[in-house]
Amino acid sequence: MRFIFKTDYAQDIQLVKHGGQAFWYGLLGLVMLAAPLWAGDYWLSQISFVLIYAVAGLGLMVLSGFTGLASIGHAAFLGVGAYVETVLAARGWPFPLSMLLAAVLSAAVGAVVGLPALRVKGIYLAIATLSFGFIVEEVLARWESVTKGNAGISVTSPAFFGAALGSSEAFYYIALGTCALVTLAVLNLLRSATGRAFIAIRDSEVSAQSMGIHLAGYKTLAFALSAAIVGLAGALYAHKLRFISPDQFGIAQSIDLLLLVVVGGLGSVHGAFLGAIFLITMPQLISLGKDFLPPAIGQAAGLQAVVYGVVLMGFVLFEPMGLYGRWLKVRTWLQLFPFYRRGLFRRQKSYAKSERLK
Amino acid sequence: MSVLLSAKDLSVRFGGVLAVNQVSFEVQRGEVFTLIGPNGAGKTTVFNLISRIYTPTTGSLHFEGALLSDKPPHAIAALGIARTFQNIELFENATVLQNLLIGHHIHRGAGFWSNLFFTPATRRAEQAARLRAEEVIDLLGLQALRDTFVAGLPYGKRKVVELARALCTAPKLLLLDEPSSGLNVEETEDMAWWIHDIKNELGITVLMVEHDMSLVSRVSDRVLAMNQGEVLALGTPAEVQAHPGVIEAYLGSVDDVSSLRRKVA
Repeated sequence: MRFIFKTDYAQDIQLVKHGGQAFWYGLLGLVMLAAPLWAGDYWLSQISFVLIYAVAGLGLMVLSGFTGLASIGHAAFLGVGAYVETVLAARGWPFPLSMLLAAVLSAAVGAVVGLPALRVKGIYLAIATLSFGFIVEEVLARWESVTKGNAGISVTSPAFFGAALGSSEAFYYIALGTCALVTLAVLNLLRSATGRAFIAIRDSEVSAQSMGIHLAGYKTLAFALSAAIVGLAGALYAHKLRFISPDQFGIAQSIDLLLLVVVGGLGSVHGAFLGAIFLITMPQLISLGKDFLPPAIGQAAGLQAVVYGVVLMGFVLFEPMGLYGRWLKVRTWLQLFPFYRRGLFRRQKSYAKSERLK
Repeated sequence: MSVLLSAKDLSVRFGGVLAVNQVSFEVQRGEVFTLIGPNGAGKTTVFNLISRIYTPTTGSLHFEGALLSDKPPHAIAALGIARTFQNIELFENATVLQNLLIGHHIHRGAGFWSNLFFTPATRRAEQAARLRAEEVIDLLGLQALRDTFVAGLPYGKRKVVELARALCTAPKLLLLDEPSSGLNVEETEDMAWWIHDIKNELGITVLMVEHDMSLVSRVSDRVLAMNQGEVLALGTPAEVQAHPGVIEAYLGSVDDVSSLRRKVA
């Protein structure tokens, strides 16, 4: 068990809390930077997908995990980012600029979608975002002069002032860089007033308001920020797939994103990464498992959806804190060995809130 | 002494219910002013009017001369009014320190973009926020709970954390909604001392709703008794407790009791 003796407020603010963290995250960074050396084409591509989904997951985490606003339409922002990037890349924009614009436009759409969030809550907000997702999918399909409609559109390689970065290694580094920057930005917000305001809104709106937090402003900000981050992921996604069509940004994708944050662990940055790893490895595991199942089940269409559904229900019932919550328990068990008590993480019953004001 | 908060002919109506009816009072700077009254008297409604959760149907509230009903609810904290809630409204899935830092929100000093890049301005603001939080932690003795999640705290501690969070906003007026409800004898004793310290050492004016009469008479300078949304009596704790209208509101009048007596045919 590690005890940190703090002698300075700066210690409380810094990102790396102790030497152990510095070592392990440094090692992870090195391994990731060297990935093209140790991973083959297949694994590099899989890791790129994990990075893309981790970025998208961070975006949804900002909204659902930290601000407590549900969304079942987040694939729409992925779509907005992907199409903006596709159109701009085709015109030869350098990728940092086009990705920035993809994020900005996505944020603008997000701010508009955030408007109903000021009035409706919970399940009603989920339905509002769900219908927004359908609207965007439909717009992408019908706006044929720009998106080429349901026929789909192929995506050029990211360009940087004339040089085309078409190799999978180049793309991997773009994805890694984006992911690192987005993670850093989210961590910065979480250790400052903006992120705490999000958390305050999630936990008690009436009390957040009486602490001087402007609810409408911060909810709109959360939506815009979340949309911007998911838009960035969309831009990466377009380059990774090299061919996009509106049906990739439908409800199935939105539910995948929701699955990602819930399974990863709502309200944790680690959760976005664990959820992304889960989402990318799960189809492989399912296809491996198929051979061991009786053909009637193993070859059935929709097996993946059933497995996802069961996993999601399992997490909601037995581990609402997700994979990251499970990891925290395992870590505590190891730290306290052999003194771990069974009830250590059991939440104290919440006190009755009979007079909720809003 | 000057007037900090003044309520004039304050009324609020919810449909057919007149929850607060023509209530007027003035809170002086530096005093502890207590609202008492039976359940449903409209005490918490007065609090919610001050923190702009409700808007008065008629009448006005002025804080330091400024009309409160002009301000949006989130602007009340920045004026210097902080409050606690009757049923504790803490940020449960955050640590005690984070709760206190959220209390410092109105003094955050750095905006979104500065936060995003964690500029030196944000760094300075974070250190200032922690300095303020530590002062409050020292005052209320919360050192051991600094990094504990609120969700795991017992009720009595939550009450203290909520008081601490309100103090972190550095208010001029502190609204305490039943500070001693649900507390045991020792915790109530602590609470009385803290209210005393808040008034005398921090110079914060306190407006509170309270049912525990021994606490009320220990800490209050003036007491306002309400019943059915109306003012019954205003004065020192002793005066109000002796007021016949107050006794009647709590215990019923002599006639009431006699009317309950079974009539012998």
